[in-house]
Amino acid sequence: MSVRIVESNLDPVEAIFDAEHPPGTPWMHEIRKGQIFRIVDLEGNQAVDTLFYNAHDTQERYSLIDTILAQGNLYLSVGTRIMSSEGRPMLTIVADTCGRHDTVGGGACSSEGNTVRYALEKRFMHNCRDNYMLAIAEHPAALHKRDVVPNINFFMNVPMTPEGRLTFEDGISGPGKYVELRAEMDILILISNCPQLNNPANGYNPTPVRYLVWDAPAAETGAA
Amino acid sequence: MSIAASPDALAFDDLPSLARASVPDHSTSYSQELALWRERMPGGFHWSGLLRRGNSLRITTHGPNANVSALFYNFEERSERYNMPDTLKGQSTAYLRKGLVCYSDMGRVLCSVADSSCTWHDTIGGISDAAQVDRQYGAKRYQEHRNAMHRNARDGFLTQLGKWGMGKRDLVPNVNFFSKVMVDEDGNMKLVPNHSVNGDFVDLRFEMNTIVVLSTCQHRLDPGPRYEPTAVELMCWRSGTAGKDDLCRLSMPENGRGFINTERYYL
Repeated sequence: MSVRIVESNLDPVEAIFDAEHPPGTPWMHEIRKGQIFRIVDLEGNQAVDTLFYNAHDTQERYSLIDTILAQGNLYLSVGTRIMSSEGRPMLTIVADTCGRHDTVGGGACSSEGNTVRYALEKRFMHNCRDNYMLAIAEHPAALHKRDVVPNINFFMNVPMTPEGRLTFEDGISGPGKYVELRAEMDILILISNCPQLNNPANGYNPTPVRYLVWDAPAAETGAA
Repeated sequence: MSIAASPDALAFDDLPSLARASVPDHSTSYSQELALWRERMPGGFHWSGLLRRGNSLRITTHGPNANVSALFYNFEERSERYNMPDTLKGQSTAYLRKGLVCYSDMGRVLCSVADSSCTWHDTIGGISDAAQVDRQYGAKRYQEHRNAMHRNARDGFLTQLGKWGMGKRDLVPNVNFFSKVMVDEDGNMKLVPNHSVNGDFVDLRFEMNTIVVLSTCQHRLDPGPRYEPTAVELMCWRSGTAGKDDLCRLSMPENGRGFINTERYYL
């Protein structure tokens, strides 16, 4: 497997937004076209379940299928254009020190899914879908369950083999690794910092992540 | 902090007797006498309908290189729908085949792939849209070509979803029956050409009352320059639901639990 590592030269001191996000909670935030959004996997192997919406029309949203078809490849890495359900670029991955991020394993974990995958008794464990439901209920964008579609799992490693198996592998992420995206339109971000304890997605130990946002300076040419 | 996995976790045999009695002892195999209706669906067209719990839809190809794109919604609560990642993760697979099932986002089985002559059904290849069809095959408008005009699956899906009061917000990753998309170790996707042959079939047994939306447009990754979508036959037959001895139920413990969730919904 080949992965491409591209570091960023952006300085956290110059970020206009810098916050730590504890595991097991949702987060929603708007960024503007041209801004750079970085997610840092502070302690390593933390799945960051992420959805993107057009901030002005949330009916336009991240589309797993449009994204993988546009690049003819299943995984996200530097150069990937995150595509919308209208076939338009939403964000571009401009830097990445992890190298690969999951798409098709990307159903946010849920109570119901946990009953199937692990045991009926697992219904009452905290999960990403619960985070999503609560976050959209509280947010003025008035998102509905219908808008919660298969998401990106940043830092997660779910390879599909040529034989068609799909397995949860130990992450290839590590402490301090990050992914950086440039917004190609105004974007509403919806994230659940994954609380899953039943598989290696989070190394069985969900940990905080950090978000930074930079304005696009005149000198910033996207050549990161 | 973790709820430990119990070695004697709840399973079918632990259910109350009334719940167990709601499940037939055996699954029913196909036979012609069980047919309820049939309809030929031309290539490139779209279709939707309600398939009731306990009925099966047999789709049979009328030519080589068929593709049937499909989406599934719970008739009673349409925000419950086919969920591609849950279907794949839950069964550790990237494609569908006999013995696997289509999960909703609520941990229930919308339908089972009870039987199929085709060993791989695509889940990651998406659907064609107008721009791609125009680019690849050339535009053919209704004005000049009438019902031989070129169609695409996205428009077909949206047309059918509209009839049930649904729309773009309900468009999610779909299944492509009779198609095979492989990926290499680096994740590059490729359609395997001529994967299906004339007469291939799949039996979808509906375990829930399900709105089924279909398109017979060519696969999005079909590399050929010719617009030649393949017709299929739709045949609905009375199969009943999955028996206690059912292949899909017993194919893995995950599916055993998925069926318990599904059957509880109808008790």
